[in-house]
Amino acid sequence: MIPLIFERSVSGRRALTFPRLTEAEREGPLPLPAEYCADEAPDLPEVSELDVIRHYTRLSQQNYSVDTHFYPLGSCTMKYNPRLCEKVAALDGFAGLHPLLPQLRGGAALTQGALEVLWHSGELLNELTGMAGFTLQPMAGAHGELTGMLLIAAYHRARGDTRRTVLIPDSAHGTNPASAAMAGYSIVAVGTDADGNVDLDDFKARLTPDTAAVMLTCPSTLGLFETHVRELADIAHANGTLLYYDGANLNAMMGRARPGDLGFDVVHLNVHKTLGTPHGGGGPGAGPVGVREALLPFLPAPIVTRSADGTFALDYDRPQSIGYIAPFYGNFGVMLRAYAYMLHLGGNGLREAADHAVLNANYLRVRLQEAFDIPYNRICMHEVLLSAGRQHKTGGIRALDFAKGLIDAGFHPPTIYFPLIVHEAMMIEPTETESKATLDAFADALLRLARLAETDPGAFATMPESTHISRVDETRAARSMVLKA
Amino acid sequence: MSFVPHTPRERGEMLAAIGVASLDDLFADIPPALRLERLEMPDGLSEQEVYDHLHRLSHRNTHDLACFLGGGFYDHTIPAAVDSLVSRGEFFTAYTPYQPEVAQGTLQAIFEFQSMICRLTGLDAANASLYDGGTALAEAVMTAASATRRDTVVITGGVNPVYRRIVRTYTRNAGLRLVELPAAIGEATDRQALAAALNDGVAAVVVQNPDFFGSIDDLGDIAAQAHAAGALLIASVYPVALGLLKRPGDMGVDIATGEGQSLGLPLGFGGPCLGLFAVRQALVRKMPGRIVGETVDRRGNRCYVLTLQAREQHIRREKATSNICSNTALCALRATIHLALLGKAGLREQAEICVRKAGYARRRLAQIPGIRLRNRQPVFNEFVIELPLDAEEAVAGLLERGIAAGFPLGRYYPGEERALLVALTEKRTRAEIDALARALEELL
Repeated sequence: MIPLIFERSVSGRRALTFPRLTEAEREGPLPLPAEYCADEAPDLPEVSELDVIRHYTRLSQQNYSVDTHFYPLGSCTMKYNPRLCEKVAALDGFAGLHPLLPQLRGGAALTQGALEVLWHSGELLNELTGMAGFTLQPMAGAHGELTGMLLIAAYHRARGDTRRTVLIPDSAHGTNPASAAMAGYSIVAVGTDADGNVDLDDFKARLTPDTAAVMLTCPSTLGLFETHVRELADIAHANGTLLYYDGANLNAMMGRARPGDLGFDVVHLNVHKTLGTPHGGGGPGAGPVGVREALLPFLPAPIVTRSADGTFALDYDRPQSIGYIAPFYGNFGVMLRAYAYMLHLGGNGLREAADHAVLNANYLRVRLQEAFDIPYNRICMHEVLLSAGRQHKTGGIRALDFAKGLIDAGFHPPTIYFPLIVHEAMMIEPTETESKATLDAFADALLRLARLAETDPGAFATMPESTHISRVDETRAARSMVLKA
Repeated sequence: MSFVPHTPRERGEMLAAIGVASLDDLFADIPPALRLERLEMPDGLSEQEVYDHLHRLSHRNTHDLACFLGGGFYDHTIPAAVDSLVSRGEFFTAYTPYQPEVAQGTLQAIFEFQSMICRLTGLDAANASLYDGGTALAEAVMTAASATRRDTVVITGGVNPVYRRIVRTYTRNAGLRLVELPAAIGEATDRQALAAALNDGVAAVVVQNPDFFGSIDDLGDIAAQAHAAGALLIASVYPVALGLLKRPGDMGVDIATGEGQSLGLPLGFGGPCLGLFAVRQALVRKMPGRIVGETVDRRGNRCYVLTLQAREQHIRREKATSNICSNTALCALRATIHLALLGKAGLREQAEICVRKAGYARRRLAQIPGIRLRNRQPVFNEFVIELPLDAEEAVAGLLERGIAAGFPLGRYYPGEERALLVALTEKRTRAEIDALARALEELL
């Protein structure tokens, strides 16, 4: 157990000093009446710089991460994060740039490099997805979803249309219904057929004149290509309904198919998944949103424009825009990394990445298909969905137990219990950056655990044993609600 | 370079194991008419070429101006240890800590972050971060509407105009009514206007302290006013100012939000940011975003875990408190390390330096004929001056001398074309302040 930073505090200790004020600046009493001030300084830890370095270094060592472990967390695309991207993001000309500078008269000329990064990123994303224009402002995938749904609402509103509902497959990420609800929509769930596709009959039955949009993930959260996606799009469009593309799984399709060609009207990407930017222990990500021509006027302000002479500018004059969704230009530092990634991989590399992401997932599928139930056992895309249903039924061993067993084998567990429609789900997304040897070691470990589930299911109770802590009491956390020190 | 490690031989073995002849066969489910031949994009560049290209672009940006720009994003110092620690791959290449046994590093750091934000704000619980100060404020408005089951929100004129626009975007489709009180530069929040706007439909009053124009107010009586009408008080705050000012929780604020960029995040052309969000105990279950709680493992060791997840989208779907999933955890880690390095005395000292620098700059600028100080309330590190000419024009003139003099307010406040918002931090030297004053003297 590592003490909290507060528990290392010693009264009077300091880590950092500031430049001394000059006489002129120090002159007179503090120009701020005491009535506005707190009696005491905030109760922050009093520690040395070495205390801080050791504390957070030791904390970091308690994490599994892509850098230290295979991390096949389904739907999260935990691929290698190239260090080149970190290096360019740290350049002073980007990291030290104040976002208000281009909004000053004459200021745009002082930020041409940053504006070019944004403009060119948008062009590359247009080609990658087959869309007409992008906003790079959404600060994460779910923020992109909300932005996309607001764009759809604005599109219908401009046409005098007052549609109120959104169709979402029952296999979708929870963010889809939550985002649509935040945009003011009611949610109608659509079922999944025996092959793992959207149930076409159910879809037709639930599509009404009130349906503003359909939110689809493709490949789906079951890791499968939605084989009748074009038919769904045609039916939706004939109904005046727009098609929204959740880009969480775009990594499977780069260079192989484009959402725009499949019939989607609005697209969001998770650049921290598809375009190799770091996940940061939960973020920051970026969730740029692309649209078809007809939705361009509604994109949030500002957008970056390029004039004939090659100079870049911010365009705030967007009367039909949904308004502001971010303080400035989105998570620039994240988009900058994604831009470097796209240039580094290029068109050929992006396709190669998708190909091998799919290859790796299918390799794991065939290596594991005897030992585990595979609810939809066909060629999968970038991830393979297993079920521990068989093991749960016979020996009481659940997906959670396999997850903890994998930890002891030196692997980060896959996503478990998602999608919700699959019993004891284990969603494994290996990504393209993992080698056959790593995949074999992972498959061997999971097969060993499957045998253990038959021969000695009791052995799972104490797993994991190799970590600093053992299984945690989640109920106690929720009941006692100790949320701060 | 795609970072794919496969050799042709391994690829062949894997395809054979799968039972397909080629990579193309893996995409047979895509209808032929929808398949893409190739992306119309250049082939990949080498690491050196990409670096050179971006290095060149970085030089087309001017980052070394004497920067008096603020407006919610400030040029504060960042201790070297912050960058060093967050560049550890164990932190930045992990994801949301779903598996607590292999994520105690992230979980404990977030628990420390939540604790620090509670200590700064004087509130009971903080989440693990939101995207930025603006969307955090919008989320607070949604939280208040849900908690009070009311549908009107009153937002005062001192709130950052960009945040006001973000709140507008969020509330427009959510069926909420937004009452925006007019701004009065340099004045305290207009209590009478606020009283007139309050009724039993109001879910929340939204204020900012220090306000967008830099003025400091005591929120105690505003909280009382809001509470008497059954509304909550939401305050957007500036964490550096909390090194010195009364804590929002101690003044009766129910939800405090803020931009955490000043806590160890680079300016970075505006993002990533750090959304701060803290509430009173009664609102904990209405809070958006991840929350880390303390618990024990099966051996009785203290440890940390994501908790109260029944609020969140992956469980509650359309009934969740918010759609947020990815947050800004690495930025929260930066803030945690930054605050640990500053410590109790350091944050207060930083706050005092900001106040004194602003005081000196005000004294110095007020000596210039034609310049008028607009703030009648005390200020923290930012203030408004009125120039005898168009502020955009003046700022453009000073840019040529290497000074970003401030943010002209006419852009958001028609009729205030001569008003300039000037921000100070501990990084602005006296020489830079004097240079700003001299340049203005020469210009006017």
